[in-house]
Amino acid sequence: MLRYTLGRLLSGVITVWFIATATFLAMHAVPGDPLMNEKATTPEIRQNLSKKYGLDRPLPEQYVIFLSNMAQGDFGLSFTQQNRRVNDIIRDHFPVSAALGVLAIAFAAAGGILWGALTALYRNRLPDVIIMFLVILGISVPSFVFAALGQLALVNLNQWSGTSILPVAGWGTLSHMLVPSLVLGLGTMALLTRLMRSSMLEVVNEDYIKTAKAKGLSAPRIFFKHQLRNAILPVITVLGPQIAAITTGGFVVELVFAIPGLGRYFVQAVQQLDYTVIMGTTVFYGAFLVLMVIIVDIIYGFIDPRVRLK
Amino acid sequence: MLLSGLPNFIESTMTLRLIFCLLLCATQSQGFADAVDAASATVKIAIAQEPPQLNSMKATDQVSIFVLGHVMEGLTRYDRRGNLAPGVAERWELEDQSATFWLRKDAKWSNGDPVTAHDFVFAWRNVVNPSTASEYAFILYPVKNAEAINQGELPISNLGITAIDDHTLSVVLERPTGYFINLTAFITTFPIQEKFYQSRRDSYAADAKDMIYNGAFTLTDWVHSASLNMRKNPMYWNADAIKLNAIDADYITADTRARLNLFIDGKIAYTQLDGETYKDALNNQFRIKKFVTGSVYFLEYNYRPNRLTRNQNLRKAIQAAFDPEEFVNKVLQTPGNLPGRSLFPTWVKGVNATFRQEFPATVNKPDLVRARALLEQAKAELNVENIPPLIMLVSDSPTSTKQAEYMQGMLKTRLGLDIKIDVQTFKQRLAKMTSGDFDIVGAGWGPDFDDIMTFGDLFASWNLNNRGRYNNPKYDRLVRVAMNSSDPTTRMTAMAGLQTILYDEAVLLPMYEQGVIYLQHPKLKGMRRTVLGSDPDFTYARIAP
Amino acid sequence: MSLERPLTEPDFSPAPGSAAAEQLTRPSLSFWQDAWRRLKSNTRAIISLYLIIGLAFFTLAGPLLWTQDPAAQDLDQISQAPALPKTARLVADYQPFTAPIVADHPSEPEDYPDELAAVAELSVLGAATTQSVKLIWAPVDQAGGYSIYRSERKPEGLLGLGLPLETVNAGNIVGFEDRLNLKSQPYYYSIVPTDGFDEFDVVTTIKVEPEQSITISQAVLQGLATPDDLPGQVIPLAFHPFGTDYLGRDILARLMQGARVSLFIGVVAPLIYVLFGVFYGGFAGYLGGKIDQILMRFADFVVALPFLLFMILFKIAFGIGPGESGVMPMLVALILLLWPATARLVRGQVLKIREQGYIEAARLLGGGSSYLILRHIIPNTMGVILVTLTFAVPSAIFTEAFLSFIGMGVAPPTPSWGSMCNEGVKTMLSHPHELFFPALFISITVLAFNLLGDGLTEALDSKMRTRDQ
Repeated sequence: MLRYTLGRLLSGVITVWFIATATFLAMHAVPGDPLMNEKATTPEIRQNLSKKYGLDRPLPEQYVIFLSNMAQGDFGLSFTQQNRRVNDIIRDHFPVSAALGVLAIAFAAAGGILWGALTALYRNRLPDVIIMFLVILGISVPSFVFAALGQLALVNLNQWSGTSILPVAGWGTLSHMLVPSLVLGLGTMALLTRLMRSSMLEVVNEDYIKTAKAKGLSAPRIFFKHQLRNAILPVITVLGPQIAAITTGGFVVELVFAIPGLGRYFVQAVQQLDYTVIMGTTVFYGAFLVLMVIIVDIIYGFIDPRVRLK
Repeated sequence: MLLSGLPNFIESTMTLRLIFCLLLCATQSQGFADAVDAASATVKIAIAQEPPQLNSMKATDQVSIFVLGHVMEGLTRYDRRGNLAPGVAERWELEDQSATFWLRKDAKWSNGDPVTAHDFVFAWRNVVNPSTASEYAFILYPVKNAEAINQGELPISNLGITAIDDHTLSVVLERPTGYFINLTAFITTFPIQEKFYQSRRDSYAADAKDMIYNGAFTLTDWVHSASLNMRKNPMYWNADAIKLNAIDADYITADTRARLNLFIDGKIAYTQLDGETYKDALNNQFRIKKFVTGSVYFLEYNYRPNRLTRNQNLRKAIQAAFDPEEFVNKVLQTPGNLPGRSLFPTWVKGVNATFRQEFPATVNKPDLVRARALLEQAKAELNVENIPPLIMLVSDSPTSTKQAEYMQGMLKTRLGLDIKIDVQTFKQRLAKMTSGDFDIVGAGWGPDFDDIMTFGDLFASWNLNNRGRYNNPKYDRLVRVAMNSSDPTTRMTAMAGLQTILYDEAVLLPMYEQGVIYLQHPKLKGMRRTVLGSDPDFTYARIAP
Repeated sequence: MSLERPLTEPDFSPAPGSAAAEQLTRPSLSFWQDAWRRLKSNTRAIISLYLIIGLAFFTLAGPLLWTQDPAAQDLDQISQAPALPKTARLVADYQPFTAPIVADHPSEPEDYPDELAAVAELSVLGAATTQSVKLIWAPVDQAGGYSIYRSERKPEGLLGLGLPLETVNAGNIVGFEDRLNLKSQPYYYSIVPTDGFDEFDVVTTIKVEPEQSITISQAVLQGLATPDDLPGQVIPLAFHPFGTDYLGRDILARLMQGARVSLFIGVVAPLIYVLFGVFYGGFAGYLGGKIDQILMRFADFVVALPFLLFMILFKIAFGIGPGESGVMPMLVALILLLWPATARLVRGQVLKIREQGYIEAARLLGGGSSYLILRHIIPNTMGVILVTLTFAVPSAIFTEAFLSFIGMGVAPPTPSWGSMCNEGVKTMLSHPHELFFPALFISITVLAFNLLGDGLTEALDSKMRTRDQ
């Protein structure tokens, strides 16, 4: 197991290196640069700035400098917020996104497993139809609609009750996190419901379930000990990368609920072609994702002993 | 299991509602209590984005200008009526070749040090220093040698500014500049204490503790992307006149609907509405206010060789077909926007009254017959059967795309002209504008200082912001006349000449002058909306009890 | 039980053989034939079939039946809710209005008044139409100006006066013309006198309902009238059964045009990249070891790339001209970047399945890797595959909307369902129909494929097969 993990970590590092290189090349291939702005500057000033930031050096040289800095964990200063280090940006804002993301995943996983199991158990009866209808609605309607509706519901709730029950936007306490993370997790919840349902449907007809029933095991025991464990594999497969995606990609939710997370930096960095922030956030996300995938693969072995990773 | 539990579920929610209602009777209705507080003289607001740059020598965006206008002060400032008033400088004298400022003795930094003339010398030298790469360095070009220094031709010590003593500042001008005093209210000219700056170097203005303040407020807390807090500055020379104790920007989001929701929820005291959210505001019976921001939006044409838009009749055909009133009323849909008639907006001052009152712009009545005739002439001159599609470059914001779609539909229906809309993300659009890869581009310009020159030189051939590379020696000559003279009548007449050229040759297509609508908490008084400087201005605001 | 009669010798003679006993009474069905047969009788699959046929008809035959131009901007009917056909009165083309000025009334008060009387005689000048509403009133003594507001509901007191239309800055200007986005609905105009600086707390309100009208030149441009028609006639306006959007474009026509792009991208792209992902994941999971590692790390690499940046790069790399629709490049881009999720899911399932007994058995019988993967393993991952396919459809539609928004994809004015949703969200509360219809069609598409997926699952799953017999 240890050897396997170490091998995976090594290949993870190589993957992150590939990600960084591809992004670096793409970034420089796209027209525009971080120094351009609405108010035009004289060629002399642009030249000066280029030199100051090392953007006038040949590309391979910039790449080597970037790699050596990255190896030391230094991603430089942002171009758009010129006094902030990229490391500080990630360090300040990632925990916010992570907290939001973890709660969102918790909602999504709890909801997804629960509803999915319900639809499988009550297949083709009313609960199944209602839940599947909600799932279809959930994935057909874009996420920013839910964010806007969620906030509107909060405003109306506060007005109806006359006091401020839940904050409409902002960050700082648990009550700030509840509705935003629910909205953030909705898409994943719908996906997990569906996966759980199809997985459970396959499992419910397996022979060992019939055996368990014949043995006289109680329904909850069959559900938790046999059905759930066998059906949950696809859910785990999806959860790993989803955790990475949700904790770094909650752009819309962060915008609508005024949450100081990392999501907006991902998007704004590309729009502003802020080289250092692009590289920093991409490498960080890549590393996080690779780590999540490694954890998922290891968990496979624990959940389903039949799965053997060579 | 779920179904059987349903009656219990309903019962339990009924109980919950009962408890809520009891609580409702027991507790006071909070309503608007959070957004303003008369006892502590606090106001809570939301800002649109994290200020990217609080270094006054380099800041260019709205939010940074808003913050800096409250926490720092220049030689002059704006009073509660929006007129230029003494700031750090008590009085001044302006002549053709020089300006002298006498600074007040009780102007202090928040660390107790006095604000001296040396602070202005240090700041201005840094602004024109090419290695600072300040985008607003051009503001100081009327100062002697400023432009040469900025091009790297002279050392910064040659800048025409000297501190005669701690409280007297002398400026030598490059040429007679009647509006020079107006420039000293702009943030780029704010003072910076050299000692403090050198102690912070690269991290100057990175955080609240990395700055010192000489304005009506100080920045006490800054949690990046989350909140910004300003408190009344006890060291400010006019602290007695400042009634607010705190301005708390507790929310940072660019989403107008989110800010409206915060306003409805009573968490912030001010928010701007846009074309979609104002309808939601109407439903809530709020008092909506209106304000003209002073910016103009227009379409720029490409004058580079081999571009169809070089043809004057083509441009005039478009000008004749476009109805700015229909555009403002049907497409923009918010009150406050004025139909675009000229590069110079209505608020710009002329000799004695506003410029547009003294030199009215031609009101263009849309005339399809004339437009089509002009188009035929253009086709003949360009030697084509049909004009090939023109490329309109727009940014990827929803409003720009909507306006471009309107133009596309209108020109197709009325003139049979094909427009292709080229949507580009921010940097890619800038790259295309600089390289000239467009036929028409949507552009706007906001005023930097209170003088007609801020719009006047936009289409001069040497101006880098003239992305279409319009080059007319007659135009350039008139601009120079206005730049080099200090007689108001001469300058305004030259500008009127420019206005005529711009219309007759359809150099640009003015679309509208921007107006905005906004909501303000009824207890918040004295908040000033302004075309120049930090907008809105809370310096003279107070909370009614 | 008891025997009916005693057994005799003939009862124990051998039974006659019959060739009929060993005949096949039904044709032998292969796995796929059986699945097809079951699919045909599955209710869900049939419903989905009808939905898909309906959508295909809507996309292909719709524009032939409903011939309105999706790009035509009907500026007299902006953001209109679905309604029956409307009529409008023809009016002469707009002439500028000069506000009347009272000659012997001062424009400014001599001193700062403490109170001002409410405005009197507020009335409409001429006919109120959706082209313009002209208000006039009597001047107020000591006033320095007037502020005019407009609301869509009756103002209560001084707060809900509505939109501030204009502030007239002289006490002797007593008229105002409103042209701001007028619709044929009741409006409440309120007027408040000012002293030139501040408004006073007295308000006069009137209710005005402008008549739907259209200028002659606008009607001629739209082909609704000829230049000889005189003002005063009532003519029918273009009919918009689903309403119009923020530029007055017919939503039904836009839905039909958008269907082409959305359904093409929303169906073809997922089919291709899910198919690719299935084979990729299947092979990776089965072969295991180093190959699995390399294949999966490549999948991780693709996921971690910044999406927006690479889309911009693709747009340039594919050389899409400015303002042109790049549907094919977008399809390629979507496929290149969205396959890893399916691959990972399928690989996970394969890891579980390959250890099953029947796989070992088939291998012992001489099955090669490809045969095992294609014939045994992949059909057993159908459940997961169909789920991803269902989710891929709206995902592709919304990604396409985002790409069109940033300029890669369809160029304006070509609509797509996803971009119509984007635009509709902003006016969600005031004009919900702009969001409702495209979202409805996306939901129908998703539902159709979801039901198809369910039907396929039931048809293909061997366990459920034995159960239903």
